[in-house]
Amino acid sequence: MHELSIVMGIIGIAEKQAVIAHASVVEEIELDIGTLAGIDMDSLDFAWTQAVKNTVLHGAEKKINMITARAQCLNCDTEFEIQNYYDACPLCNSHLLNIKQGKELRVKSLLVS
Amino acid sequence: MCATCGCDSGSKTTFHLIDKNEDHSHPHTHDHSHDHEHPHGHEHPHDHSHAAVHNHNHAPKKTIIDVEQDVLSQNNLLAQRNRGYFDAKNILALNLVSSPGSGKTSLLERTLTDLKGDLEFAVIEGDQQTNNDADRIHATGTKVTQINTGKGCHLDAHMILHALQGMKPVENSVLFIENVGNLVCPAMFDLGERERVVIISVTEGDDKPLKYPDMFHSSTLCIINKIDLLPYVPFDIEKVKANAKKVNHHLEIIELSCTSGEGLPLWYNWLKTKVLQPVTI
Repeated sequence: MHELSIVMGIIGIAEKQAVIAHASVVEEIELDIGTLAGIDMDSLDFAWTQAVKNTVLHGAEKKINMITARAQCLNCDTEFEIQNYYDACPLCNSHLLNIKQGKELRVKSLLVS
Repeated sequence: MCATCGCDSGSKTTFHLIDKNEDHSHPHTHDHSHDHEHPHGHEHPHDHSHAAVHNHNHAPKKTIIDVEQDVLSQNNLLAQRNRGYFDAKNILALNLVSSPGSGKTSLLERTLTDLKGDLEFAVIEGDQQTNNDADRIHATGTKVTQINTGKGCHLDAHMILHALQGMKPVENSVLFIENVGNLVCPAMFDLGERERVVIISVTEGDDKPLKYPDMFHSSTLCIINKIDLLPYVPFDIEKVKANAKKVNHHLEIIELSCTSGEGLPLWYNWLKTKVLQPVTI
């Protein structure tokens, strides 16, 4: 249940940014989350509802950009989508992969007023 | 609520440096709770210097802030501070992760006893409750700090920073950080370690690397423990190695038993080689 720690991290970032911008309300928060970031979305939503109470993110709309993981085969250079770290290259069946994207876990932007 | 180890509202992480010369330990508590700043001040920058006879109804100005900040950036910054400290003192910091019961503490006890005099050691133990593991380490004559995370499911860089302040490991030593027994959450939290060592025992399933890929993907060494029990359990050691390699082809693998001692020289050689290896950035 590390998702609660993650939500607390997001709240911390949002509150700092809101103070800098002299904003009182965060209307929307945009997050980039890769499919290999290790985040269970149901747990994140559950933790979110509880954790944002009495914070600047209370009432903010949460917009999530899911980033599909992609890897490049180190054997034959094929680039392809992966669901798991242990997926094999669809062309040559190799497991020697370089993960190109999908581990993102960041606050992309805030809409404040 | 804690921002870095926040598994429970109001929970406190406690640190116990087990003192060699005294019978009692000195617990101290760090409240990890962070006050949230609430920017309730409504600034209205629209001063009308002209004598307005009509009412302006200014809607609050909306702004988009491009943040582009990693959610774990605070932990990662602290982890890099720890890493800098370790590098400067040439301390080989190892983060030991596994499910509960794989034999992390037993492996440490055996290692600390067998290599006494060859290498200098210090240990940080992470558990939700009790000093049991630290007491076992202390019995080998090694400097040890126990972190109790309360309800927390992992150690984070912030906790390691505090634990280090109390224990001050010596230069050219090995620091074992035994994480909370959990194959999920500790994978996400860099502590500043040089190597992450995942331990699996043959009494577990040989598909564990596939079931918990994040941990095996983020580790650099995999120790397969309790191999003395192989004749009695349906554990396919070749299969577990293949599965681990599928998840992480960089992973080194050492098979051993800290009960029979088989394979331990490989682990000891690995440690000694790593201590001597200069840090490259």
